[in-house]
Amino acid sequence: MWQDQLRGIYHIALKDMKTYYLKPPAISWGMIFPLAWTLAFYLRSPGDFAELVSGLLAMTILFSTTAAEAVVINFELRLGTLERLLLAPVSITSVLLGKVLGGFLFGLLMTTIVAAASIFYLGLHPDILGLALIAVPSLMVFSSMGALFSVSVKEVFEAQTLLNLPRFFMVFLCGVVYPVSALPEALQLMARLLPLTYTVQGLQASFFPVGGPVFLQDFVILLIFLILFLLPAVRLLHRRFR
Amino acid sequence: MSQKICPIVADKLIKRYGDLLAVDHISFQVNEGEIFGFLGPNGSGKTSTIRMLVGLSQPEGGRASVLGYHLPAEISLAKRYVGVVPDVSNLYDELSALDNLLFMARLYGVPRDEQKSRIDQLLKSFGLYERKDDRFGTFSRGMKRALTIAAALIHEPRLLFLDEPTTGLDAAAARSLRSLISELREKGLTIFLTTHYLEEADLLCDRIAIMVRGKIVRIDTPAGLKRLVQTESIIEFSFRGDVSALAGDLGSRLGGAEAALLDESRVRIYGGDPPQIFDSVFQFSRDNSIGIEAAGTIRPSLEDAFLKITGLSPVVMGTEMGAGKGKGGRQ
Repeated sequence: MWQDQLRGIYHIALKDMKTYYLKPPAISWGMIFPLAWTLAFYLRSPGDFAELVSGLLAMTILFSTTAAEAVVINFELRLGTLERLLLAPVSITSVLLGKVLGGFLFGLLMTTIVAAASIFYLGLHPDILGLALIAVPSLMVFSSMGALFSVSVKEVFEAQTLLNLPRFFMVFLCGVVYPVSALPEALQLMARLLPLTYTVQGLQASFFPVGGPVFLQDFVILLIFLILFLLPAVRLLHRRFR
Repeated sequence: MSQKICPIVADKLIKRYGDLLAVDHISFQVNEGEIFGFLGPNGSGKTSTIRMLVGLSQPEGGRASVLGYHLPAEISLAKRYVGVVPDVSNLYDELSALDNLLFMARLYGVPRDEQKSRIDQLLKSFGLYERKDDRFGTFSRGMKRALTIAAALIHEPRLLFLDEPTTGLDAAAARSLRSLISELREKGLTIFLTTHYLEEADLLCDRIAIMVRGKIVRIDTPAGLKRLVQTESIIEFSFRGDVSALAGDLGSRLGGAEAALLDESRVRIYGGDPPQIFDSVFQFSRDNSIGIEAAGTIRPSLEDAFLKITGLSPVVMGTEMGAGKGKGGRQ
């Protein structure tokens, strides 16, 4: 039984990679967009580029995982291919987890490329374990967020449009370009409620160690966000089929 | 001694959508190795029944088992041995025929060393081997249908659900698909078939269940169903003009017989005393100055049996105008 589910999750993720993710639109959103954004800030103050790396990686994680995730579930619901998956010995929960894993794997690929290029170009020496400890749950969190938005709406384009709001909100509030500490107190409070804050904070700590259990704290908070996104997404998808 | 298991057993199965009782306490069983036809007009509850049996929705009452596994609790186990061909060909447009089948093989856990041989064999059987590297999205409707069926067979199921398999296909493609379905039966596969084509059901099915307004009203062999209408005469008249506006007049002249308007100029009359029917229709023709192009008795078909059982026909003159024998269900 559980073998059926694990196999289903894995192959759905691989199929999604091939069908949706390794295509120009997903790659441009997932990698080129964060790079272009970061380049714009680099040109403004070239000396501080190393400080932008954690923000660049956080944006890559955010945009690569959500690039197609917000679209694929609704798209497949409309085509009937999602229903086709449910005819196999795979549960609705496993189908959703497969979709989330697809976004995760694509995000991991994009993030690894950007991280490796940044590290080698700038000669940085990050704490690789800390980097992984933050990047892995973050990729799952934002892939789940894309899935949640996807199952929350009926139209394919609605999910993308709706998702842009929190995405850009997070880019400005969560320390990607401005430190959270430099924001007004009310916005700092708001930033604390957003998962990208903990991604940026954790990544920053992996590049520029600050001491203390920062990774673990951010890791745990990201896991909480993962549950907060994943559970309602599963419940909503169940409801779509009820 | 192992006990023989019926591939499908439904006992007082119920499905509701709000206030609508879509499936109303239906009971039936499908025997091993047979093609079981499931017929009914649109909205009769066929699709709701299939969706419950394949695990896409849950019954709200009654009991059902598929291949001995109880629904809904054991549906995941049953799915390993069940193939489903939905009414729409829903494979992945972006993937090639080969990749679609490979994905399905992996999803169902077909052993790795058997995947290629099974895929090649299916592609060859369905005449798609030469197009194996082409994207599904580029296929014709018939080819898409064939590949969808191939995908449902990749894990060598013991039970196959075929929902409207030949809808939208041209005559040649439909014929070749029908012969393929017959071959599958010969290989011992149990098939649950829904179709709108009564000739297809007549040709393929061992037994047929007819569903109307959520209830199964009859289960029998095609021959058994046809026998229901063999005892009464069926006469078809073709007029030289449009008689649809005169339906009430004609219906009122037929006494105990029932008339179904097949199109604007063709009428089929069920039952009654044939000489009297001919007299009445000829009189109707003279009174309304509409000539008769052809008239004759016809052999009852499954369609006639279906119309009689379901109470459906394009227009039923006598009933609509209150002059017929009044099988109230006809509309």
